[in-house]
Amino acid sequence: MHTLLVLTVEGLVQGSIYAAVALALVLIWRATKVINFAQGAMAMFTTYVAWLAIQHGLSYWAAFGIALICGFALGAVVERVLVRPVETASPFNVVILTLGLYLFLEAIAPMIFGGSVRSFPPAFAITGLELGKVQVPLSGFDLFTFGCVAGALLLLTLLFKRTNLGLRMRASAFSPEVSRLLGIRVGRMLTTGWALAAGLGALAGVLIAPTSLLQPTYMDEAFIFGFTGAILGGLESPWGSVVGGLAIGVVLTFVGYLSPDLETFAGLIILTAILMLRPRGLFSRQRERRV
Amino acid sequence: MGIRWGSIWQALGKRPLARHGLLAVIVAAAVLVLSYQVSAYTNYEVAGVAVFATAAAGLTVLTGVNGQISLGHGALMAVGAYTTSLLLEWQTNLPIVLVMAASVAAAAAAGLLFGVAASRLRGPYLAGVTLALALALPQLALHFASIFRGEQGIPVTPPSVPGWLGASFSGEQWLAWVSVAAALVTMVLLANLLRSWVGRSLRAVRDDEVAAVLAGIHVGRTQVMAFVISSACAGLGGSLFAYWLGLTAPGGFSVTLSLQLLIAIVIGGMGSLVGAVWGAIFLILLPDLTGSLATAFNLPSSIGNNLPLAIFGAVLVLAMLAFPRGVQGGLTSLGGFGRSHWRQRRTRRESG
Repeated sequence: MHTLLVLTVEGLVQGSIYAAVALALVLIWRATKVINFAQGAMAMFTTYVAWLAIQHGLSYWAAFGIALICGFALGAVVERVLVRPVETASPFNVVILTLGLYLFLEAIAPMIFGGSVRSFPPAFAITGLELGKVQVPLSGFDLFTFGCVAGALLLLTLLFKRTNLGLRMRASAFSPEVSRLLGIRVGRMLTTGWALAAGLGALAGVLIAPTSLLQPTYMDEAFIFGFTGAILGGLESPWGSVVGGLAIGVVLTFVGYLSPDLETFAGLIILTAILMLRPRGLFSRQRERRV
Repeated sequence: MGIRWGSIWQALGKRPLARHGLLAVIVAAAVLVLSYQVSAYTNYEVAGVAVFATAAAGLTVLTGVNGQISLGHGALMAVGAYTTSLLLEWQTNLPIVLVMAASVAAAAAAGLLFGVAASRLRGPYLAGVTLALALALPQLALHFASIFRGEQGIPVTPPSVPGWLGASFSGEQWLAWVSVAAALVTMVLLANLLRSWVGRSLRAVRDDEVAAVLAGIHVGRTQVMAFVISSACAGLGGSLFAYWLGLTAPGGFSVTLSLQLLIAIVIGGMGSLVGAVWGAIFLILLPDLTGSLATAFNLPSSIGNNLPLAIFGAVLVLAMLAFPRGVQGGLTSLGGFGRSHWRQRRTRRESG
């Protein structure tokens, strides 16, 4: 019973990070109908920048802020410089472009930051907290991770539901042509969407770095699991992606407990099985394609 | 009286099998002759080009001709490579043709299984599942370490040089012959397949599924067929890859391998078999070039080792921004330009 509880909590914490990655993917997908395969690599890069800041004597919180700001900036630049020119080309070309960016970032990171594996400090202790005399299977850093993702979710919800900017972004995603006629700068909204998504990815990157050491490929698994979560959620629904990410986190933690080598394979099986039953994900309201 | 080349060419134009066969024989003869002139290392590189060209040609059929993206062809190569390695571990002196046939069959079976699942998926969903395949399949080798020998992998004995070639004949040269022969057979078969009703239905499904159905094509079945054909090529490529590397280990089949195949077909130009060869040449030559650059400029290993990947990535991005049709597309349009230019000049001369 205790193991079950520990694994569930651990899975939810892992899942919250996958949920952040999934949500970032969904944000971009809704706005530009592009899957950003460089999402993980971009987060890896910004986390390296944060690591460099810590090496130069800055505090954890300053580095945390730097990672987020770099994330926003990188997202905006990638959208404006790379994605915008191929926007009208086939979606296939955009996929290949982001894959190229992924390869480029993963190769350039060790050139800039050195090839060896680095450790990244956590914000809080990663040993279990104590409530009274009982040891709880939850560390301060776990709580921080969970809180950060929940806070980001809340802020994004407020942004999209309560602010003028959020309304304009939703309008441009819903119908770019009509929004343009209504005087919305659609291009600017797309850039903002990419910036927000990359910022969210950067947050996920900083949150995973302490538990899985910093190296160029360390975000690959988080990306593929986040992507799995997003697809489970149907790619269209932000809340679906969060639920999908959390579910993947819990299931994979259980699989990992039973057999550590099979985590990724279990992810593949789950993904394939669910897409066989519902080719558009669990939470999608779209009709399935019929020819 | 010279030979009337024009009429021979015309006759060949009506017989694609003869034309492709003739082209393959010419290339084979050229490789045969040249392989005696060059060093063992160059022969080894020629073999590498043939390995990647075989696998990339398969991906061309699936992605370029049929429009299904696959980010997991490295995993299908792994199926072929592990089949080869396990067979050779069991019986070292099995005939190489038999080993290759078994690898092709194993990869085609895996492709059938996966194609059935993939034919229901489109766009990002398909990309996601195939990417997960690329990440997940090598992990099975770690889990079943007693069979697949885990991280260390299985050593592969190089194909033995037949005695009639003489004692001084190098293993590299023999490997180049075998690989080029396999690649050429694959290319000729695929080129003919693409010109038949199979190729036409593959293209029809890519261009418009509804129209394809109205024309009496079974979309799902066609897509599964594309996956099986493509996987068979990946299996053959994987089998050659195992011989070429001399070791089959999970580390050799990372996501990067799958992306390299994608790079090959993007650089060569989507949907063109000759383009796959261009891409394969690029994949083999670039690391060599950056390697000698790194030694010449005394670059640290963290830069030198990652330079090829950085250039691959940059090339993918730039190709999508500037030349979305790749080398072969560029050459074709150059050829088209030349031909129309020539025709214009001729008409001008005739009228003037």
